Amino acid sequence: MAGVFANLGNWFNERAPGLAPFYSKHMSAYFAPKNFNFWYYFGVLASVVLVNQILTGIFLAMFYKPSAADAFASVEYIMRDVEWGWLIRYMHSTGASLFFVVVYLHMFRGLLYGSFKKPRELVWLIGMLIFLVLMAEAFMGYVLPWGNMSFWGAKVIISLFGAVPVIGDALVTWIMGDYLPADATLNRFFALHVVALPLVLLLLVALHIFALHEVGSNNPDGVEIKKGPKGNRWSATAPADGIPFHPYYTVHDLFGIGFFLLIAAFIIFFAPTFGGWFLEHDNFIPANNLATPEHIKPVWYFTPFYAMLRMIPAKLPGVIVMFLGIAFLFLMPWLDRGRVRSIRYRGLGYKIALGLFAVSFIMLGAVGAGVSAETIPVWFGADADVTTIENLFGRFWTLVYFAFFAFVWIYTHFGLEKTKPVPERVTTHD
Amino acid sequence: MANDVVVDKGRRRFLTATTAVVGGAGAVMAAIPFVKSWEPSAQAKAAGAPVLADISKIEPGQKVTFAWRGLPVFVVNRTEAQLAALPAEDSRLKDPNSDNTDQQPDYAKNEHRSIKPEWLVLVGICTHLGCVPDFFGEIKPEPFDPNWKGGFYCPCHKSRFDIAGRVFDGVPAPSNLAVPAYHFVDDAHILIGVNPGEKA
Amino acid sequence: MTKPMMTSPLKSLLARAAVALAATFALAGGAFAAAGGGLQNANISLADTASLQRGAGLFFNYCSGCHTLDYMRYSRIGEDLGIDPADVEKNLIFTGAKVGDRATNHMSAEHGTAWFGKAPPDLSLEARAKGADWIYTYLKSFYLDPTRPLGWNNTVFPNVSMPNALWELQGLQVAVTRPGQGEGAEPVIEGLELRDPGRQNEREFDRTVRDITAFLEYVGEPAALKRTSMGVWVLLYLAFFTFIAYLLNREYWKDVK
Repeated sequence: MAGVFANLGNWFNERAPGLAPFYSKHMSAYFAPKNFNFWYYFGVLASVVLVNQILTGIFLAMFYKPSAADAFASVEYIMRDVEWGWLIRYMHSTGASLFFVVVYLHMFRGLLYGSFKKPRELVWLIGMLIFLVLMAEAFMGYVLPWGNMSFWGAKVIISLFGAVPVIGDALVTWIMGDYLPADATLNRFFALHVVALPLVLLLLVALHIFALHEVGSNNPDGVEIKKGPKGNRWSATAPADGIPFHPYYTVHDLFGIGFFLLIAAFIIFFAPTFGGWFLEHDNFIPANNLATPEHIKPVWYFTPFYAMLRMIPAKLPGVIVMFLGIAFLFLMPWLDRGRVRSIRYRGLGYKIALGLFAVSFIMLGAVGAGVSAETIPVWFGADADVTTIENLFGRFWTLVYFAFFAFVWIYTHFGLEKTKPVPERVTTHD
Repeated sequence: MANDVVVDKGRRRFLTATTAVVGGAGAVMAAIPFVKSWEPSAQAKAAGAPVLADISKIEPGQKVTFAWRGLPVFVVNRTEAQLAALPAEDSRLKDPNSDNTDQQPDYAKNEHRSIKPEWLVLVGICTHLGCVPDFFGEIKPEPFDPNWKGGFYCPCHKSRFDIAGRVFDGVPAPSNLAVPAYHFVDDAHILIGVNPGEKA
Repeated sequence: MTKPMMTSPLKSLLARAAVALAATFALAGGAFAAAGGGLQNANISLADTASLQRGAGLFFNYCSGCHTLDYMRYSRIGEDLGIDPADVEKNLIFTGAKVGDRATNHMSAEHGTAWFGKAPPDLSLEARAKGADWIYTYLKSFYLDPTRPLGWNNTVFPNVSMPNALWELQGLQVAVTRPGQGEGAEPVIEGLELRDPGRQNEREFDRTVRDITAFLEYVGEPAALKRTSMGVWVLLYLAFFTFIAYLLNREYWKDVK
């Protein structure tokens, strides 16, 4: 039996160009550092979610009707009339939020261990492009149910392009194909959401992985295993601190995936709206171009950037600041001149700065989601001037967010960082 | 290298196989909702609900078509002459005694293939490739059959059926026209889609 | 040596911080947009089929004259709540609809606008948009207000167009007010008081409203009935799989030093 499979495999490999070397390069003979920790699950988890989104998305597209007249009803048709439609839809909607959870953690891992640094700049840049495309993909998907939040979310986000000088208004009308988000807008967003952007996303993900496997994975110690001693029990020429991705990290990731699916399944089956964070209450009201929802805000994963937009009291500068919030991340490999990669051996300044950066991101998220507006009366009494306090709060954390980039550049460019000695070999203390 | 751990290959194989089987079973289970989602939805089922047909206005010799699950259902009020011609056709038919039980409920497995002899109820879909046969009710020579005793003629591939929906020998259609589940609610109404004595 | 006692202002600040943090998590950005706050707990249970059945009967008797359930099929209600199709037709369908149809009604939007100033909304997703507690409290918060076109107002949804459809059961409530502060200020409503009792006492009426609320919660997401029971099995399976994957992982990683 096993012989039959082996023969079949050989038959195939002899005829499929490059398949065997491809497999060995990316799986069996891809030597990854042996000291990956918890933070190294999120890349594979992101690809699991991507597969989930594509599979469930294909099935949703079989029942969904991309027209302003039918979209909302067709989503309810999926939720009620299609057998198991509710499960497929919840898998997709929960997947969307979890995609951002794992991607944010994956990006933070990069900042923690300096994975963006030389020679992995291209890996980081492609990853940031994935993040950008993912945001566009998520936004357009969010519009499709054509609930009232979909409608007003579309209106607000598309209006951002109105800040572009001279052609702004024309651009907005062009994007919508109408004078407000309408049937034409929904229809083109559908095409982009289900065909165009997924194709781009898949291509970028493939490039991301190829680029990574070209230079090799970083690790929590930030030690370049390719520069260390050679030879291990699997290969005499491979890095001593490397282990074959397959089977060691495949089984490792399998365990991580199982754990992640537990969490995902819990949300899907027991809290699919996640208290209004993953599916918003106001989006169960059909789109109404005459009534804006009381609390208009994007889904949680956009709220940090949305908060920056709101904190700047002018349209164009607000939009610019928001995009800079993302653009500076692109520049990280060149802003950070520090020689040491991993936070384990970096100076105290970077540790504190990164910690504050993470806090600022969460705090801005809270501002954008309206949590701060609701909490301020509790902190400062019912008569508090919510807007003033919130603006102060939000602007402070916006400043902290951007100060991170400035600090990192000054800190490393002028040699102010006092690093700890980096070990020769990777350590495995966790 | 100094890595001399003894590998328990049996345990390793067992765990790998177990993970593969459990994971595979999970994948199969996870596929079920997706496969099931292609079943007719509640909307399709509601649209395919039993149809109450008023037959009181159908004259003898006349055919009326009702829509059931989007399919044409022929209801023919057969004349005495048409019924009398049925036995003589047997020798020219593929399945004169309706032995193919897929094509009619038990209560329609008889000479006239119906509950009441004069009332013929048929799914008007040719058993060859799904066209809708035309009704030629009159007993008179037709271009396609000089001995025509009334029945159905499919324009697509020239299959012929007698006035009980039984298929002729030597035509492409393999089996008799199907009789749907139906019953008489009263003398003037039939309910298409529900067997006699069955709840709607 | 004990540490110096916390000064009391610091203590109170910390206490306040704790309250605020708790409130932050409770409120969150995802909380229902509660109008007026102070909603009562509807305390419904989707597992209580009898309550859902009563709620269905009440809904179609008292609400469906004006409100539709555009996305809900009668047959689905019958299947999910264990009501015989014949009984569904007899007790729930008053429009001549077929049992497989959706629970639309024959009041046109124009009629609704003419009669109430605003077409009565579809209630299929009301529970998902507003929350069960909101519906429960709203239905209990109607009071007589001669300044309104139909003579009714509501403390949860001020100046709502809808009259109290359940007044025969609840009786007539009036507002208890105190004068507002400042010149010409509107009186402030302190609470509602039952002026004329209805056919039900307070406990009975609470149950009536709870049943309707439970039914609307069910209608908002019929899949919720089986979602959680199925979820338990999925979680058990995944826990088992993760455990095996853990063993497999541990076995292979014996190689790695």
